[in-house]
Amino acid sequence: MPAPRSNSPAAALDTLTSSIRIKLRVPARQRNVELVLLVFALLIDAGAIILVQLGASGAIDTGFLMLTSGLALLTLIMHVVLRIVARDADPLILPIVTVLNGLGIAMIYRLDIANEDSGWDGGGVRQMVWTGLAIAIAIVVVLVIRNHRVLQRYRYVAMFSGIVLLLLPMLPIIGTTINGARLWIQVGSFTFQPGELGKIALAIFFAGYLVSARDSLSMVGRKFLWMTFPRARDLGPILVVFAASMAVLIFQKDLGTSLLYFGLFLVMLYVATGRASWIVLGLSLFLIGAVAAYSQLSYVTGRVHAWLNPFATENYEGMGGSYQLVTGLFGFAHGGLVGTGLGQGRPDLIPLAESDYIIPALGEELGLIGIFAILGLYLLFVSRGFRIAFAGQDDFGRLLGVGLSFVIALQVFIVIGGVTRVIPLTGLTTPFLAAGGSSLVANWIIAALLLRLSDTVRNEPTRAVIEP
Amino acid sequence: MNKELRRVSTVVLLMFVALFASSSIIQVFAVDELNADGRNVRTLYDSYSAERGALLVDGVPIAESIPVDDQYKFQRVYSNPLLYANVTGYFTLNQANPGLEGAMNDYLSGTSDEQFLDNLTNTVTGQNPKGASVELTLDPVVQQAAFDALGDQVGSVVAIRPDTGEVIAMVSKPTFDPNALAVHDSDQFYAAYNGLTADANSPLTNRAISGDLYHPGSVFKVIMASAAIDSGQFTADSSFPNPASLTLPNSSSVISNSSGGPCGSGSEASIATALRLSCNIPMAELGQALGADTIADYAARFGFGDDLEIPLNVTPSTYPDDIDNDVARLMLSSFGQDDVRITPLQIAMVSAAIANGGELMKPNLVESVLAPDLSEIVSFQPEVYGTPISADTATKMTQLMTDGVSNGAASNARISGVEVAGKTGTAENGVGDPYTLWFTGFAPADDPQVAVAVVVENGGGLGQTGFGNSVAAPIAKKVLEAVLNK
Repeated sequence: MPAPRSNSPAAALDTLTSSIRIKLRVPARQRNVELVLLVFALLIDAGAIILVQLGASGAIDTGFLMLTSGLALLTLIMHVVLRIVARDADPLILPIVTVLNGLGIAMIYRLDIANEDSGWDGGGVRQMVWTGLAIAIAIVVVLVIRNHRVLQRYRYVAMFSGIVLLLLPMLPIIGTTINGARLWIQVGSFTFQPGELGKIALAIFFAGYLVSARDSLSMVGRKFLWMTFPRARDLGPILVVFAASMAVLIFQKDLGTSLLYFGLFLVMLYVATGRASWIVLGLSLFLIGAVAAYSQLSYVTGRVHAWLNPFATENYEGMGGSYQLVTGLFGFAHGGLVGTGLGQGRPDLIPLAESDYIIPALGEELGLIGIFAILGLYLLFVSRGFRIAFAGQDDFGRLLGVGLSFVIALQVFIVIGGVTRVIPLTGLTTPFLAAGGSSLVANWIIAALLLRLSDTVRNEPTRAVIEP
Repeated sequence: MNKELRRVSTVVLLMFVALFASSSIIQVFAVDELNADGRNVRTLYDSYSAERGALLVDGVPIAESIPVDDQYKFQRVYSNPLLYANVTGYFTLNQANPGLEGAMNDYLSGTSDEQFLDNLTNTVTGQNPKGASVELTLDPVVQQAAFDALGDQVGSVVAIRPDTGEVIAMVSKPTFDPNALAVHDSDQFYAAYNGLTADANSPLTNRAISGDLYHPGSVFKVIMASAAIDSGQFTADSSFPNPASLTLPNSSSVISNSSGGPCGSGSEASIATALRLSCNIPMAELGQALGADTIADYAARFGFGDDLEIPLNVTPSTYPDDIDNDVARLMLSSFGQDDVRITPLQIAMVSAAIANGGELMKPNLVESVLAPDLSEIVSFQPEVYGTPISADTATKMTQLMTDGVSNGAASNARISGVEVAGKTGTAENGVGDPYTLWFTGFAPADDPQVAVAVVVENGGGLGQTGFGNSVAAPIAKKVLEAVLNK
C-alpha cells in the first residue's frame, strides 16, 4: 500500500509534534520552578549589565543589551528543550549557571569599558559569542544523549580522547604557550584549551572503568596495618593517571589542571571502591610529586613563596612573584563588606582580571556579600550534582554525577582558594564566570550532563514500576 | 557507596567553608591593613576621587576640595595658606600627609568607622562618597595676631585655653604654601618639596610641637619653683646662698646670674626673688637640694616624656635621666640648660596648668567632626590630662609669676589694666651661638583666659644681645591682648 509510505514523513512529523504538544501540555512541576528561577536569573544578569554601564560609563548602551537578550533567548530555548526531553531534570542547575555566566559577562564587559575595548576586541562580546555556542552545544548534548548509560559504552573512546586532549598542547605548531603555561592549541587566530574538555572525557572514562573494575579493586588486596592495600596489578590505572598529571605539571607547567585531574580520579576511585587506602596511596603520591615539584621546578617554588609571603618585597617585585596576588587582595579589601558597586571600583588594575582574577574583580565591586552569593551558587550547583549521586539507581550514573560535580567543586576551590591565599596560586578558570571559550563550553556540557542524569534519576523508580 | 559519598560531601563542604572563611578574613578583618599598604594605589585613587572633607576654622574652610577635570577629580585648595600651613599640613599624591590632613585622614576621606553607615547608604543610593569636615579649635583672630606678632622671626607661638585645653593659636615660622605641594604632578611636587627641605630654616617643621626641640632656659624655672613648693620641701620664701658666681662641683665651669651680680641684695636669695629676677645660681642650688628625681617627677607630671596626640603627634619633651650623681649637670639643668629639651606646646601646658588651678587639660586642636549634612559625628570634650600641682601651689605660682611681670624680669609683657603672669627665658645653645628667646605666661592672672608660649630662635636676629624680655615678651603681649580684646 503506497499511500501510508508516501505519507509516513508527514505522519512521523505529525506524531512528533503531537507528542511534543502533549508533553508541553502535561504539567511539569520541575520545569515551572525552573522557568520562574530562570526569569529571575535573567533579570539579575540584565540588572548587572545595566549597572555596569551606568557605573562605568554613565550611559546605557542598548546594542550590548540586545546581544545579551539573544543569549537570554537561548537559555529560554534550552528550558523549552528540557520541557520536551528532560521534563524531570533538576530545576536549579540551569538558573544557577545562567546567573554565574551572566555575572561573568557583566564583569568582563565592565573591564572592556575600563580598558576602552569594544566590539570584537572586547572580551565581553567574545565571551557572549562563546556563551551562545556553549549553550547551543549544551542543548545538543541534552537532545542527543537521551540516556546517559550510552556513555558507559564509550569509556575507552573517552579515555583515548581525554588523553589526546590533554597532550594536544604539547604538539609542535598548534601547541601554544600563554602566560608561561602550555595549555592552548592555536589554529589561525583561534585558541582553545583542550584540557577543559579533557576533564569531562576523563570523568566519563573513570566512571565507566571503575564500575567494571570496582570489584577487583575493592575486594582483592593485602592487609597491611589496619588497611587493605590493592594488588600491584590493580595499581596500574592510578599510576597511569598520576603519570599523566605529572606530565601536565612538568611539560605544560600547569599546577592547577594537574591537581584537578588527580583529585577527580582519587575521589571517584574512593567513591567506587570505598577503600581509604586508595586515598592514602594517592595523597602520598601527590605529596611526593608536590615536594619534588617544589624543589625541582622553579615556577612551583616561586608560587609557593608568593603564597606564603606575598607582601615581602622580593616576592612582590620578583618575576612570577606575588604582584598579581597582592593586587587582587587589594581589590578584595577595596570592596570590603558591601563592595564598591558594579562599575565603581578599579578591577582593571589587576592583571588578567577577566580570566584568572575575575573573583577578586567581582569581590571588589560586589563585596563580601557578592562573593558569598557566588560561593553559595557554586555550592548549590555542586550539591545538586551530589544529589544525583545519592539518589541514583545505576552506579555508572552515580559515579558520573559525583565526578562531574566534584570537578566543578575542586576547580572552584583551586582557583578561588588560590586568589584568597588558602592554597598557592595556580592557573585555572573560574567555572562559568571567567573569560575563555573552552572553559565555558566544557562547563555547559557538564551542566547538560547533570541535567540529563537528574532527569533519569527521577524517572527510574517510576519506570521500574510501569515497565517491569 | 553512600558512606563514601557522605564523606566526599563533607570534604566538599569543608573546601567551601575554607573559601567562605578566607574571603571573610580578607574582606572584613584584613581590610584596614590592606588599604593602608603603600603599594595599594586604590587607596590613592580613592582618596582623590572622594570629595574630601574640609578643614574649618570658625566654620570657614581653610582647606577644601574643589572639583577639577582630571583623573583625581578634586583639587585640594588652601585659603590663607601661610597662616595655617603648619596645622593643616598638605594633601599630596604619594607621600604621607603631614599635619591634620594626615592625622584626620580617616574622617576627611570618609573611611573612619563612624562613617561606615553613611558610606553604606551612599553605596546603596549611588551617591558619590564624601568625607567629613573637621572643625578646628583655632581662633582666627588670635592666630592672625600671633602670626603678625612673630613677624619675620624664626620661631613659634602657641596659645591654649587653660580651662579646656583648646589650642587657639599655633604658629610656626618660617611657613610655606601647601598649595604648592598639593599638586597632582609628581615633578611639580618634588620641585616644591625639595626647595622647602633645602631651606636651612626648615619651613616644613611645625616648631610648636616637633622639630629638634629647644633648651628652655629660664622658663624651666617655673617647673623648678612649682616642684619646690608643691613637694612641700620648700616655700617661696626658702632662701639659698647668693654669690655673684658659682663654680660647679667637680668642674671648672663657673655659672653666674644674667645680671652678672648677685640675685638682688642680701647674702641669701629666696625662690620668689630668684624667679622674679630670673637668677640662675639660687635655682642651681635649689636643684641640688631637690634632687633630680623630684624634678623629673614634676616634669613628667606636666607632660614631659609623653607621646601626645592633639591629634597631631607632639614630640615628647625631655628631662635628662642620667644626672642623679652628676651635681654639675643637675645644677645646669635647673635653669633649663644641659639636656633639658622642650616644645613650645609643653611650656604652654605648664602655664596653662598653673592658670587652671593646678589641673592640666589635654591640649587639643580639633573641636568636632562634621558629616557632609553638618551633623556632628564626633565632638571632642575637654579632658583632664592630670593634676601636676595642687591648687595652693598654683595660686602661689600665679602670684610669683605676676610679680615677675609687674616688678621683675618679664616687664615687657605688662598690659595696662590687666594682671599678667609670666616668665621669660634666654637659653644658651653653645659658645658664641645666638640665644633661644622665650616667654610663657597667662592672663588675666585672676581669671585666666589664655596661656601662651613664645619661642624665637637665633636670638631674634640679635645674636647674644637679645633677651626673652626684649624679643619674646612683646610678641606674647600682643597675643594676650588679642584674646583679652575680643
